[in-house]
Amino acid sequence: MTNYSESPYTLGSIDEAVACCAPKPQLKVRALSVSYGDRRVLETVSMDIYRGCITALIGPSGCGKTSLLTSINRLTDMLPSARVEGSVCFEGQEILDTTVDTLRLRRRIGMIFQKPNPFPISIRRNLELPLREHGVRKRSERASRAEQALRDVGLWEEVKERLDSSALSLSGGQQQRLCIARALVLEPEILLMDEPCSALDPISSAVVEELILRLRGRYTIVIVTHNLAQAKRVANYAGFFWMTERVGKLIEFGQCQRLFDTPAHALTQAYVDGVRG
Amino acid sequence: MTERLFTLAVWMSAALVAVVLVWVIGDLVRLGIPHLSLDFLFAAPRDAGRNGGIGPILVSTVLIIGVTLTAALPLGLMAAVWLAEFTTRGHALGKAIRLSLDVMAGVPSIVFGLFGNAFFSIYLGMGFSILSGGLTLACMILPVFIRTCEVGLAAVTDTWRQGAAALGMTRTAAIWHVLLPAASPAIAAGMVLGIGRATAETAALIFTSGYVDRMPESLWDSGRSLAVHIYDLSMNISGGDTAADAAALVLITLIVLFNMLAQWLSDRWLHRRLVA
Ligand SMILES: Nc1ncnc2c1ncn2[C@@H]1O[C@H](COP(=O)(O)OP(=O)(O)O)[C@@H](O)[C@H]1O
Ligand SMILES: [Mg+2]
Repeated sequence: MTNYSESPYTLGSIDEAVACCAPKPQLKVRALSVSYGDRRVLETVSMDIYRGCITALIGPSGCGKTSLLTSINRLTDMLPSARVEGSVCFEGQEILDTTVDTLRLRRRIGMIFQKPNPFPISIRRNLELPLREHGVRKRSERASRAEQALRDVGLWEEVKERLDSSALSLSGGQQQRLCIARALVLEPEILLMDEPCSALDPISSAVVEELILRLRGRYTIVIVTHNLAQAKRVANYAGFFWMTERVGKLIEFGQCQRLFDTPAHALTQAYVDGVRG
Repeated sequence: MTERLFTLAVWMSAALVAVVLVWVIGDLVRLGIPHLSLDFLFAAPRDAGRNGGIGPILVSTVLIIGVTLTAALPLGLMAAVWLAEFTTRGHALGKAIRLSLDVMAGVPSIVFGLFGNAFFSIYLGMGFSILSGGLTLACMILPVFIRTCEVGLAAVTDTWRQGAAALGMTRTAAIWHVLLPAASPAIAAGMVLGIGRATAETAALIFTSGYVDRMPESLWDSGRSLAVHIYDLSMNISGGDTAADAAALVLITLIVLFNMLAQWLSDRWLHRRLVA
């Protein structure tokens, strides 16, 4: 476990984070396709998500990155028109199997959304509600886990005096960190982050980015981002998506550094250059 | 220039509405106050209401509204949740129910009175009773209450539904702990509308709870509501006007009190949902 210091962060410094030298795949995505009605938006994506690493998904809007994330935590079940084919294997278990307990699955795979979405209730209750729903009966345990999660995201010192005020009174960046804490409080193994910084101002964005770096090693993270510089700064692996004939495809996947420096595919090269210049 | 005119028109309209309201209430206070006393509130009516008080009538009114709310609140909330959360757009049954609710919201209350008489009083054998009257009023206020709550729920942003689902919360938990509290202003507004309509209702009650002005002994007894009493005094009883004015003043106070109570209850409930 990590050493807890007096700093607002309790996850240890960035340098201590586990390096991904001998990565093991934790999620195996195979031939995954997503359609809404009869419109296919994502076709035959295959990739491995490595334990403890940060995987960045990049590519233009509309090429199915969000759809890929919501297939992994089965949030697509909420959309009657969504159909997901293929296979996602999570520690030997098939996620797309209809018999999977999605409530348990979503406890193990948390998700952070583009727009911070804290519930319109108190800061404390935002964190304790999911715990209670997952059967943590003891009030004292809920309180201590909530505090730990707030410390983990560096929010404790900022909010400890006003835990009972509405979560909506926080700033955008604080709200997003609260949402991350709300996911962490359930002790997930994987975090899916859908453009977590794109609704935030530059300073809040930098704070959240630093937090994401601190989470590396303890959690497996899949992050969608339009900020290529950010992807380069945080990610160990990167996947580049592109639309051909209005269907999203995974064009290239590999180590982040490699993908940016020596892209194997002309489209990747063009996207990386185009956004850069 | 047009800006000035428009501003003026807006202010004038507001002032006009306020003046009318103050006039009506001022008139009632002026005419009603002399007749009002503690005795008037607690005593039984004599001489068909010309003298005496409105004690039993107040009790009947509170009981009738109590029955109405006990029946309408849970039923209405559940129906609204079903419409807003369990039917997707284009759901045939959902559409049919929405349409019939909107039609029912416009049906005159006398029709609800006749229905209540046929169904609760005769078919279910409740006779002329507070129970029968309260349930009839519940039927009357349900359409507007359901639709107000449904619209309030539908206006709650989807990001909270997704957020709750992504945390592995059940749909029931999301509705109960997140969506209903978020929609509580709409729910409170629906309640205020319903209470106001029910407390002021006469036509739906004449054939259901009746107009016996004795002190009711149970919910199965007939009981005269305050609005029915006022109607009777001012239309059928010569020399009943001062008593009617005093009773009307009490009615308005009662409506304000009911609404404050509803507000207080929903705030308290909300506070518990939000903070505890
Ligand atoms: N609920 C939905 N119903 C129908 N089409 C959708 C839905 N969600 C997304 N889409 C479509 O699927 C495509 C991919 O969307 P999305 O996964 O959000 O892409 P990205 O996150 O890469 O921008 C888009 O063309 C979008 O219009
Ligand atoms: Mg997206």
